[in-house]
Amino acid sequence: MSEGIAIEARELTRVFGKFTAVDHISLDIRAGEIFGFLGANGAGKTTAMRMFIGLLAPSSGTARVAGYDVYTESEKIKRSIGYMSQRFSLYEDLTIRENIRLYGGIYGLAKRDIQARSEQMLARLGMEQSADLQVRSIPLGWRQKLSFSVALLHRPRIIFLDEPTGGVDPITRRQFWELIYQAAAAGTTVLVTTHYMDEAEYCDRISIMVAGKIGAMGTPAELKRRFDAGTMDEVFVRLARPATGAGAGTA
Amino acid sequence: MTDAVVVEGLIKRFGDTVAVRDVSLTVRSGELFGFIGPDGAGKTTLFRVLATLLLPDAGSARVLGQDVVKDLWALRPRLGYMPGRFSLYPDLSVEENLRFFASVFGTSIEREYGQIEPIYVQLEPFKGRRAGALSGGMKQKLALCCALVHRPDILLLDEPTTGVDAVSRREFWELLARFKQGGLTIIVSTPYMDEATRCDRIALMQQGRLLAVDTPERITGSFDRPLLAVRSDQRYQALLALREYPYTHTIYPFGEVLHYTDQRTDLAAEPIQQELTAFLTGRGLGGVSAERIPATIEDSFMAYLGGAEAARPA
Repeated sequence: MSEGIAIEARELTRVFGKFTAVDHISLDIRAGEIFGFLGANGAGKTTAMRMFIGLLAPSSGTARVAGYDVYTESEKIKRSIGYMSQRFSLYEDLTIRENIRLYGGIYGLAKRDIQARSEQMLARLGMEQSADLQVRSIPLGWRQKLSFSVALLHRPRIIFLDEPTGGVDPITRRQFWELIYQAAAAGTTVLVTTHYMDEAEYCDRISIMVAGKIGAMGTPAELKRRFDAGTMDEVFVRLARPATGAGAGTA
Repeated sequence: MTDAVVVEGLIKRFGDTVAVRDVSLTVRSGELFGFIGPDGAGKTTLFRVLATLLLPDAGSARVLGQDVVKDLWALRPRLGYMPGRFSLYPDLSVEENLRFFASVFGTSIEREYGQIEPIYVQLEPFKGRRAGALSGGMKQKLALCCALVHRPDILLLDEPTTGVDAVSRREFWELLARFKQGGLTIIVSTPYMDEATRCDRIALMQQGRLLAVDTPERITGSFDRPLLAVRSDQRYQALLALREYPYTHTIYPFGEVLHYTDQRTDLAAEPIQQELTAFLTGRGLGGVSAERIPATIEDSFMAYLGGAEAARPA
C-alpha cells in the first residue's frame, strides 16, 4: 500500500449471477480524509462497502484497506476498522459504562486499557456523572456521540459511518460533525454513507456511484462546479436520474 | 370553511414524558404545511392525534371542522394518513394492497383512477410485485397511493421521505405539489430542514414545543444579524480559531463552510468580513474568505434553539 492511503481499490468488481453490482471501480482514499460514499438505492454502494470491510469477497480487481488485502487478510481489516450506524449501535438496557466495557471486550482490548480508555472517553464527553445511566434514558444526541466514541475505542485506522446525523437536531448534528473533524485531524480516515446530500457537503471528498460505477468523484465544490449545480442534491439528481429511468426494473 | 386544522392547547403525555406540550396552530385549507423537527420533537404524536388514533390529555384539535375525539367516525373517511413506518402488507402485491385499501373505504381503483393517476402510472410497471420487495422510494409512493385511494379531503404524511434517496425524495415532493394543485390540504413532517422550502408554511418543532410557525421565507427573513460563510483550506483549524475570536456570537460547521455571526449587532457585514479574513490569515490559515449569505431554515432553527449554545464545543 502506498504511504498515507487508507483505502485503495483497482478495478474492483462484484458479480451476482448475471448482475454486476460493482463494476470495475478504482479509488484512493487518503488517511485522515472524510470521504462521502454516495449512490442511489441499488447503485452498488452497499456491495462495495461490504467488500471494503471484508464481509464479501470481490469477483475481480484488487483492494487494500488499512494496508491489508481484502482477499486474504479480511480478519486484519475487521480489527482495523470501526463502524457506526444510526439504526443500531448501543445496547439500550446496559449503562453507558457497561456498553463501553462490552465493546472493549468485543474488540479484544486488555482490561487495563478498557478501564483507562473508558475514563478518558467519559471525561471527554462530559459524561462522568451519567456513566451509570441506562442508555435508553439518555438523549439521542448523547447516544450518538457515545456510539461514535465507542466505535473508535479500539483506535481503528478507518471508521465507517452510516447516515451518522439523520434525524438529530441541528445543534447536536454540528457537535457530531466536530467529533468527526477531530477524529480526522488525529489521522483517522472517515467513510460516510448517506442518502442526504446536505450531509455529504461536510465531507472533504465525495464519490457518487451510478449503476455499479463511480459516476463522479471530487470535492463538493468541484462537483457543484462541474455539474453547474447550486447544491449536492442537484448534482446527485442530475447524475442519478437518467440511471433510475433506465434502471426502473430495480425498483 | 378556510381552516383545515385548528389545534388549541394540545398536550399529550406518555408516563413522565410530555410528547406534545401545549401546541396551538391553524392549517388553512389547501395548504401544504410542514412540521420540521428532529426525532423526539413530537411530530408523530401530533400526527396520531390529528389522525384520531391517540386521545389528547388536554386541549383540542379540529380537523375539517370536526373534533378528533367526538367526531372521529365522521372524520376518519375524510382523512388520508400515511404513518412513518411502512404499514402496508408486504406479502400482498402492489395492486392487492391498493385494492384492499380501496375496498376498506367501499370504493375501487377504477372508480378513483382520476384521483390517483399521477402516482399510479409510476407504480403500474410493478403492480404484480410484492410490496415488501419494493425499493424505499417505491414503497413510499405505494403508501401515498393507498392513503389517497378513498379521495380524502386532507393528507397527513408522517416523515414520508425519511430513508429515501435524493432522486425518489424529489419525485415524492413533485407528486405532493401536483396533489396540492388539485386543492388537497397536505400536512407533512420531516426531520430534514432543506425540505422546508417545499412547503407553504412550516412549524419548527423541538421537544414537544413549537418554536415558530410561518412561511419559510419569513422564518429565514427574521434572522436577526448578518450571517457569514467562512471558508478556509483548513476548515477544522479555522473553526477552532474562531472559537477564540473575541467577537464570535455563533460559529458552527455548515457543509463545506463555517457559519459565523458576530456579537456586535450594529456592525455591517463588510467590516466583519475584512476583520475575519485578517484574523484567520494572521493565524496562518490559507484560502480564507468570508461572504455574506442569507440564513437557511437550519440557521433559523438553531437561532430559535438559543444560538449561543451552538457556539459551545462538542
